[in-house]
Amino acid sequence: MAESVYAKLVGARLRGQMSYRASFLMQCLAQAVNQLAELAIILVLFNRVSALGGFSVSEVVLMYAIAGTAFGIADLVAGQLDELPTYIRTGTFDVLLLRPLSTLAQMMASDLHLRKVGRIAAGVGALVYALGHNDIAWSVSTAGLVVLAPISGAVIFSAIWVAANAVCFWVVDGQELANTVTYGSNAFTSYPATVFGPWLRRFFAFVVPGAFVAYYPALALLDRPDPLGGPALLGWISPLVAVAAAVLAGLVWRTAVRHYRGTGS
Amino acid sequence: MIEVRDLRREFTVTTKVGRFRREKRVVRAVDAVAFDVAAGEAVGYVGPNGAGKSTTIKMLTGILVPTSGHVRVCGVEPSRGRRELARRIGVVFGQRSQLWWDLPLRDSFELLRAIYRVPAGDYRSRLRECVELLELGPFLDTPVRQLSLGQRMRGEVTASLLHGPELLVLDEPTIGLDLESKERLREFLADLNANRGTTLLLTTHDLDDIERLCPRLVVIDRGTVLADGALEELRAEVAPERVLVIDLEKPSGELAGLPGVTSSRVELNGLRHHLTFRRADTTAAALISAVATRAEVHDLVVVEPEIDDVVRRLYARR
Repeated sequence: MAESVYAKLVGARLRGQMSYRASFLMQCLAQAVNQLAELAIILVLFNRVSALGGFSVSEVVLMYAIAGTAFGIADLVAGQLDELPTYIRTGTFDVLLLRPLSTLAQMMASDLHLRKVGRIAAGVGALVYALGHNDIAWSVSTAGLVVLAPISGAVIFSAIWVAANAVCFWVVDGQELANTVTYGSNAFTSYPATVFGPWLRRFFAFVVPGAFVAYYPALALLDRPDPLGGPALLGWISPLVAVAAAVLAGLVWRTAVRHYRGTGS
Repeated sequence: MIEVRDLRREFTVTTKVGRFRREKRVVRAVDAVAFDVAAGEAVGYVGPNGAGKSTTIKMLTGILVPTSGHVRVCGVEPSRGRRELARRIGVVFGQRSQLWWDLPLRDSFELLRAIYRVPAGDYRSRLRECVELLELGPFLDTPVRQLSLGQRMRGEVTASLLHGPELLVLDEPTIGLDLESKERLREFLADLNANRGTTLLLTTHDLDDIERLCPRLVVIDRGTVLADGALEELRAEVAPERVLVIDLEKPSGELAGLPGVTSSRVELNGLRHHLTFRRADTTAAALISAVATRAEVHDLVVVEPEIDDVVRRLYARR
């Protein structure tokens, strides 16, 4: 029953967007091109070098593809949180508090942009290509990982989105900071963690668990040991990291809303 | 229906002092406010800008948590039972919309039906009633962004009533509306209160709203309640003077020496006389018969002090 409410909220948003079909298709395409532009950068890079952080072009594309798909899904589900400062400033957030639903779920359902499917499609396309161009020992577990990795990644990204944007409840113009973390972690996850300096790596790998989005799962798929010396297990625990991240983000959101309503300060 | 005791809400305001220093200051927006609203009442909550009206409303509806004090709305503590309370009250903000900007009104209502899980039968009958009384029919399928303010407000009120709330809280519902829209809305709300027994609490700057809708008003200024009572009583208390305007058949000089009259003014070359008197000193009837012994009366009217005047005097009294 509760799910059907959100389904209806989302459905209503989509109806609004589908009423301009041509423009919708153009936007879808634009999103896909956007996503693939990042791929082009990677390919250009590999024209100059034969390996990036110890990984070949198809291995990097695999990481990029998992990350891109995950980010696309997260952007579709949680990207609306970018509107939070506007919601707070205009008092629309108060309206959400007047309804018998969770504020976070309402925020997520508030303005789903279906055009972002274009980005996901580009990510999946790249993933299919990368899977065909890497030497992967196919088994039930690796196949499961291929499906689970982007989904776990999407949950991790969404959690990052929620937690980072919750800052806006304290700092009205915290948007810039939030964007640095959300879009920054996207940039991080598209490349092997080995190309970054140790501090940035630690921050994005463990504080913001970006390395669990694509880097570790890709290592597991490729059956490669972590050049940084991490245990092989790390490649398989992304779903657990995702659950932990989601719980943590939920708590951050709750604290933030409490602060907004006046008990947290 | 509403129970408020010793309600306080403080905000911390940070102001820049010099280039880098910032000073924190605690502002008490609502200070020891107390009042009750019984089921079926219609209460106006009035006060100047920044008096603490909206802050109180936000605490009553569960948006803000009080710094201290006791609040119960429909038996629920709003800050803890936000979602439960949401099902039982309706809230209309004049300045912000609860409708979906790019959807037709009808779709917005459908979504609200799903959100509040309103049974289909109840939903249909409530919607039908609102559509009829507020004349929503002609623009039910228009996207909200294309509606005029008056049309949108009628939509907002409908939206807040679809789940059949026991209490309707309205924050500046008539702000910016033209006279006709205001009147139509007031008529609807008065009917809602009288015939369906929905309790009303409204904040407003427009004292006509109060005059028309609220037998009782709570006046607040600088966070504290200045007065609470029937409009009539408040009037008698702070503005005890009434004016008898009397038109005579033949011109006459100033009617001096009438018992209870504190001042008088003559207009239209002695045809119209404004006689100011205090309620406590004499009655309009006594004064009229006193005038009738002196001159032939053509027409008369008793003027009560304007409600703005009443509120202004309340502010001035503190």
